[in-house]
Amino acid sequence: MSRRARPRWHTAALVVITGGTLAAGCAAPGSDAPKAEPATGTSASTAPACGTAPVTLKAYFETGFPLPKALTTEFTKQHPNVTWNIREDQFAVITQNAPRVLADDPPDLMRLPQVSELVKDDLLKNMDGYAKAFGWDAWPASQLQQMRLAPGGKTRGEGSLYAMGLNFSMTGVFYNKKLAARIGMSAPPTTLAGLDDLLAKAKAAGVDPIAQFNGGATGGLAFPLQNLMAAYGPAAPINDWIFQKPGATIDTPSNLQAARHLEKWIKAGYFWKDVNAVDYATMMSRFIGGKGLFMFDGDWESGNLDKQMAGDAGFFLMPSAQDGGKLAAMSAPLVFGVGARAKNADCAAFFLNWVATDSKARDITVEVGGSHPMGPAGAHMPAVKPGTVTESTLAAGAKIVEDNGAMDFIANATGAIYAKSWTPNLQKMVAGQQTPEGLLTAVQGDYTSQAGGN
Amino acid sequence: MTGPIPGTGVDLAESRPAARTRSPLRRHGLRRAGLVGWLFILPALAFYAVFVLRPILVTFQYSLYTWDGIGPSTWAGFGNYVKVFTDPGLFASILNAVKLIVFFSAIPVVLGLAIASTIRRIATSRLALVARTVIFLPQVIPLVAAGIAWSWLLSSTGVVNQVLTYLGLGGITRAWLGDFSTALPAVGVIGAWVLLGLCTLLLLAGMSKIDPALFEAARLDGAGPMREFLSIVLPSLRQEIAVCVTVTVIAALASFDIVYISTQGGPGNATMVPGLEIYYLAFSERRVGVASALAVVLMLLVIAVALPIQRLTRDRSS
Repeated sequence: MSRRARPRWHTAALVVITGGTLAAGCAAPGSDAPKAEPATGTSASTAPACGTAPVTLKAYFETGFPLPKALTTEFTKQHPNVTWNIREDQFAVITQNAPRVLADDPPDLMRLPQVSELVKDDLLKNMDGYAKAFGWDAWPASQLQQMRLAPGGKTRGEGSLYAMGLNFSMTGVFYNKKLAARIGMSAPPTTLAGLDDLLAKAKAAGVDPIAQFNGGATGGLAFPLQNLMAAYGPAAPINDWIFQKPGATIDTPSNLQAARHLEKWIKAGYFWKDVNAVDYATMMSRFIGGKGLFMFDGDWESGNLDKQMAGDAGFFLMPSAQDGGKLAAMSAPLVFGVGARAKNADCAAFFLNWVATDSKARDITVEVGGSHPMGPAGAHMPAVKPGTVTESTLAAGAKIVEDNGAMDFIANATGAIYAKSWTPNLQKMVAGQQTPEGLLTAVQGDYTSQAGGN
Repeated sequence: MTGPIPGTGVDLAESRPAARTRSPLRRHGLRRAGLVGWLFILPALAFYAVFVLRPILVTFQYSLYTWDGIGPSTWAGFGNYVKVFTDPGLFASILNAVKLIVFFSAIPVVLGLAIASTIRRIATSRLALVARTVIFLPQVIPLVAAGIAWSWLLSSTGVVNQVLTYLGLGGITRAWLGDFSTALPAVGVIGAWVLLGLCTLLLLAGMSKIDPALFEAARLDGAGPMREFLSIVLPSLRQEIAVCVTVTVIAALASFDIVYISTQGGPGNATMVPGLEIYYLAFSERRVGVASALAVVLMLLVIAVALPIQRLTRDRSS
């Protein structure tokens, strides 16, 4: 109909317009990608600094987390020539924007998601030079391990340093002390069997045994699952898998034991019936409201729980399956990086070093962030109020270092493994549509295809 | 995407008589008039070309490459399209969108017809005004807010379950959006609630155009309300029903916001739809090629479904 009504030259005009727009997008996508300087690292002979001339650092932080801003404020107090131009976004937004922002308008300091893919595209500054100049290499190696990338940009956990932490967090089991007293729990369990006992007691007493989230695109059952994995087996192979070391697999006998144990908990009704519809915020508000004896979560909530459940919340590290076995925990730095083409990279690196070494900065890190500061072992630590959750999580951090039990999160193995693999499969397991064997096989299959490329 | 499809039928039907009255000018100045006409629509056309046509073409181009959005790309030919149809996850998302048509399209149109004819009967009363406002309200509320409100209503302790428990139906209460068997229908209910108002209002407007004499004549001939509805209302509303079906089917196939807010595709991909999948592929997984291929497939699917609906009503009305 429309073809008949339109004179021929109108069609011609349309063809021209269409052709023009097509031509505009004709070059292969990505052929205009900015070429970063060769990533050889900064070869600074003297430690970089911010100098004395006025400088404005461009920063990109995560909304809702006051720590970075508190640190920048203090930094400017000590170094008045440095001012800040700060942009904030939700973490999900940062995750999606990171590559584009780093390519088009690289910040001097930026909160980062998973670093591998950013390194692959030459978007992050190689920090080896700074590490040498500031002596970061002398810190406990586990602090920086997750931000290292082997040549080729595939295997994480070794090679050059591409980012730095503001602090490092620690996960474990929070518990409600009032509910614990009701079921006769006088001290945190020291073995997995002990934990099982307490869960059964809670269930029998009509107390919700575990507060956890598993709804939407965030499968929170990955927290107890990974803790169970570390209870049954050593932490190192799990890290190898997360870091994409060649030949690593998640489908191991001890991990299968862990998945079966988790299924046992699900079938025993230890999780909420609607756990597949519970998001993180709902879990927090229910736990704070007294619905749930245990909660698998991290120390970024320590300060919050100390405030909202003052004196009623406790924390312990996931016990091992064997009595006296080594303990492990998911522990990750709060990752910040410097854009490959950032203008004030040296000053940003100086700031990162200051955060880890300045005693006032370390105080702020603990008070505002609730987590353990980065930096050398035995560096200044602020005094914390005894009996608080913060005190127990900081102590747990020391124990994990002693047992060499720090693990990255199994959700960080590839960019899509959490949303596309762990989450749907764990949700299916809750609904009885996935077996422990099937869970590990499915995740390993997805991992192989995702790690292998597109 | 919604613009050109419902537009083609309607615009042409109205422009035809206008063209006929202008026909004396044809020999003399059509070429000039035509040129001036093009000049007038040039600004709009430029926007259309840059913001609609170009993105579509660029999307098609991207779909032929393997690309992470930043670095260099490699030519993939039609490999990404093969992936769309062979990856069970991607194909399942398309099936989910088709299932949503029942809720987004069938329910609002059928229910909208019933409600609109009821409101028409009480058109003069104040109740009709209130009913119209209440039913149209969901259209005014941003989808994100609606999604959040509904996820509260449908939560395990939400109003829906409270009412069910009160009625003695405590046995069937559940977290509607977190249950594998009910998540997709629950999302569908939210969509039906949103689109019901639009359909009702469109149909009501169509009904007000029907000549009252027709109803009077029918009544004199002894027709009841049902006969009136079948013989007068339904045939007169063919155009409006077509618009309703087109708009709602597109809303179902291209759904994103409601799903993103209420379930994010979970539990276990039970509510994954192409719109959401495209977003995850492009921005979380950074597989721009596959995301673009799925987007092109989705666009073709929408056109394939929407065009026959247009044709169906045009043929009968002409």
